[in-house]
Amino acid sequence: MKLDARIPSGPLTSKWQDLRDHLALVSPANKRKHSVIVVGTGLAGGAAAASLGELGYRVKAFCYQDSARRAHSIAAQGGINAAKNYQNDGDSVFRLFYDTIKGGDYRAREANVYRLAEVSNEIIDQCVAQGIPFAREYGGYLANRSFGGAQVSRTFYARGQTGQQLLLGAYSALNAQVAAGTVEVRPRTEMLDLVVVDGKARGIVTRNMVTGEMECHVADAVLLCTGGYSNVYFLSTNAKGCNVTAAWRAHRRGAGFANPCYTQIHPTCIPQSGDYQSKLTLMSESLRNDGRVWVPEAAGDEREPDAIPENERDYYLERIYPSFGNLVPRDVASRNAKNVCDEGHGIGPGKRGVYLDFDEAIGRLGEDVIRARYGNLFDMYEMITGENPYKVPMRIYPAPHYSMGGLWVDYYLMSTIPGLFVLGEANFSDHGANRLGASALMQGLADGYFVIPYTLGEYLAGARLEEVSVDSDACRQTVADVKQRTRKLLDVNGSRTVDSFHRELGLLMLDQCGMSRTAEGLTESIEKIRALRAEFWDDVKVPGEGTDLNQELEKAGRVADHFELAEVMCRDALEREESCGGHFREEHQTDEGEALRDDENFRHVTVWEFKGADEEPVAHKEQLEFENVQLTQRSYK
Amino acid sequence: MRLTLHVWRQKDAKDKGAFATFELEDVNTHMSFLEMLDVLNQDLITKGEEPIAFEHDCREGICGACGFVINGVAHGHQKGSTVCQLHMRHFADGDEITIEPWRAKAFPVIRDLVVDRSSFDRILRAGGYITARTGCAPDANTIPIPTETLEHAMDFAECIGCGACVASCPNSAAMLFVGAKIAHLGTLPQGQPERYKRALAMVGAMEEEAFGACTNFRACEAVCPKEISIAGIARMNKDYRKALFSGVGFSSGKKR
Repeated sequence: MKLDARIPSGPLTSKWQDLRDHLALVSPANKRKHSVIVVGTGLAGGAAAASLGELGYRVKAFCYQDSARRAHSIAAQGGINAAKNYQNDGDSVFRLFYDTIKGGDYRAREANVYRLAEVSNEIIDQCVAQGIPFAREYGGYLANRSFGGAQVSRTFYARGQTGQQLLLGAYSALNAQVAAGTVEVRPRTEMLDLVVVDGKARGIVTRNMVTGEMECHVADAVLLCTGGYSNVYFLSTNAKGCNVTAAWRAHRRGAGFANPCYTQIHPTCIPQSGDYQSKLTLMSESLRNDGRVWVPEAAGDEREPDAIPENERDYYLERIYPSFGNLVPRDVASRNAKNVCDEGHGIGPGKRGVYLDFDEAIGRLGEDVIRARYGNLFDMYEMITGENPYKVPMRIYPAPHYSMGGLWVDYYLMSTIPGLFVLGEANFSDHGANRLGASALMQGLADGYFVIPYTLGEYLAGARLEEVSVDSDACRQTVADVKQRTRKLLDVNGSRTVDSFHRELGLLMLDQCGMSRTAEGLTESIEKIRALRAEFWDDVKVPGEGTDLNQELEKAGRVADHFELAEVMCRDALEREESCGGHFREEHQTDEGEALRDDENFRHVTVWEFKGADEEPVAHKEQLEFENVQLTQRSYK
Repeated sequence: MRLTLHVWRQKDAKDKGAFATFELEDVNTHMSFLEMLDVLNQDLITKGEEPIAFEHDCREGICGACGFVINGVAHGHQKGSTVCQLHMRHFADGDEITIEPWRAKAFPVIRDLVVDRSSFDRILRAGGYITARTGCAPDANTIPIPTETLEHAMDFAECIGCGACVASCPNSAAMLFVGAKIAHLGTLPQGQPERYKRALAMVGAMEEEAFGACTNFRACEAVCPKEISIAGIARMNKDYRKALFSGVGFSSGKKR
């Protein structure tokens, strides 16, 4: 596997402009001769499909939901970052770049992150033009807030529904292109494999989720915009349908998978209430601006929170991190919550929870101010838990939320398979080992609106692509492979449900490959995952047939891929003998219990090459060069 | 607690469908409604029966995928919420609960509680957007927008496209859905150039689908999980009427 990041030469600040000045172009008359497949219609996929349609390419966009409007980007609450500096508080492209690199614990590529910061401003312009109702100040100009501990206010937001509004904007642009005839949208269609011809990505095999029909679609390039893999943990903040299948199928066909162990466990989620729990709900981390996190000082204290006096409470974040307090980054907040619960201080059902208390803030600012700031979040909390957070402290616990790892891409967003591009959360490129708040929306839209329209043209202008027919051997063979695998899932006819396997896998992963990891636990987990995977293929029960709507069959295929991914996540976490960002190896910490990086030996991206489901994958490295930032140890004390 | 469920079962669009009854023991009051169905489905699968098909995805009340009628009310009786946000603590031991899909000609049943809402997509494609090519936009602060205007637009922009409005309307009208989009875009300065053309196109597309017309029952706004006001429908009618009488969308006859 050859890893050439194709980072343009020249100074950081002009790489992207220089590249755009010299990229090959496809003439307008030729654009309509090129077909492009886009899988996923979230921020990255929706934006890409719409923008490529506008340019004149023939685009087919696929999503598993019943409408392109429902992709999980829609659930993002907090906001989107941009380096506009509308607040006159010292923000700049460089500062956004620097914060993102540092926040990622120096495990992302400088050139990609700088480009992301550069195009961030264009995204806001584009979204406003589409009619996205970002919050405004009384004069009518755009408002910003400080988010995720940033020292400048650079986050644009639309109530608590920023992701929804941005997605509906991309979806509306997509609709305009469907009306114009450049884009065809295929909802309720799941990609189950990638077609590779002469070493290039030339199509996909899909299953129509209503009729069960397997179809092959061919194109000159394939874009995967299929999101992350947090559902490997079963319980996560992701939508129930989110899955790794498209990315994993591409990985099996030769696309390298980068840094799978980099996952983000978000600190402020509503804790699990019972064994039947199906998903976890995120509460925006803006709550930590006013809420104070605490647990009872005495382990096993069963008293109601209001019966625990002030001097018997441990405000552990304020105690351990006096300068950042409750606003420490996500990974630090999550790990500390786990630690206090592991030590027996946890509260609520199952004792996996900590308090987020607004009592002091309500006393200082009044209930009305708190309601104005967080009213919708408080309502949502009460709807789910039946508890009133104005009276009783919220209970929170970390939950898997985002995956920084993903398919490896070069500066052009192309994977190790020529013609296969990967955008948004599905790729690995911009967030390093930890993503900052309000950066996911920025990256998805940057890739879709402002990067791929340029870099795809360069590929199509230069690639010599033979005509591929859906009746070609490569297509027939790939369809046959998919049909056989589907048949195999249906034929097991065992005794355990898909969910029971998924839950068991998730528990194991959260315990051993979640907020903290050890060599011993990871080594054992690899064996356990293999055994569980074997049991799955031997004893899973998938009812019904493959010829109509079969939600259990859909889940079974996804869980099968999650098993294989889980194993590589553990291998990656085992091999990375350091702690960085969301990856915390207990063996590698400072005397104060903080993540200890090893820049000399691990300043690289680990890219895994698939060698067979029962073979050991091979690790390749892309060395990361830092020419514009000084590597420092993060400290929030 | 113990519950009796009457659930609509229908194999596909051609099947006639019928209610099936399930007795549930030990339902935990902290479960969400969908988790209650998950548990039932796990049980059905283990017993070799077909699980109940229902649509869901984010389970946070924002994607708009979920939705069915509970005891005659779209999304259930909890105001301002989707089914996925409804929890079992709002039911009592011994309750009988009837669950059925959205009933509307424009939303044919695919299976059990899953319906086809692609008619909504078709309406939005007709004009539910502001034409703004990627890269064409001026600086975002070029056009100041008063906060009142902005908040008004946002009130309508919140629509999640779930279809509860149609399901609860005695005429199966889609006017709250269409009105919400027209009011969102038509309120903002960016949406003015296409305002009347948009109203004509979207109303036209709506009429091509099997939706009825509004007769002011207001059932839609009563069940809307985002509590969108029928003021959006008034807005739609106003823009549509103005478009009709001002001749927007008609040729001037001049050759270009």
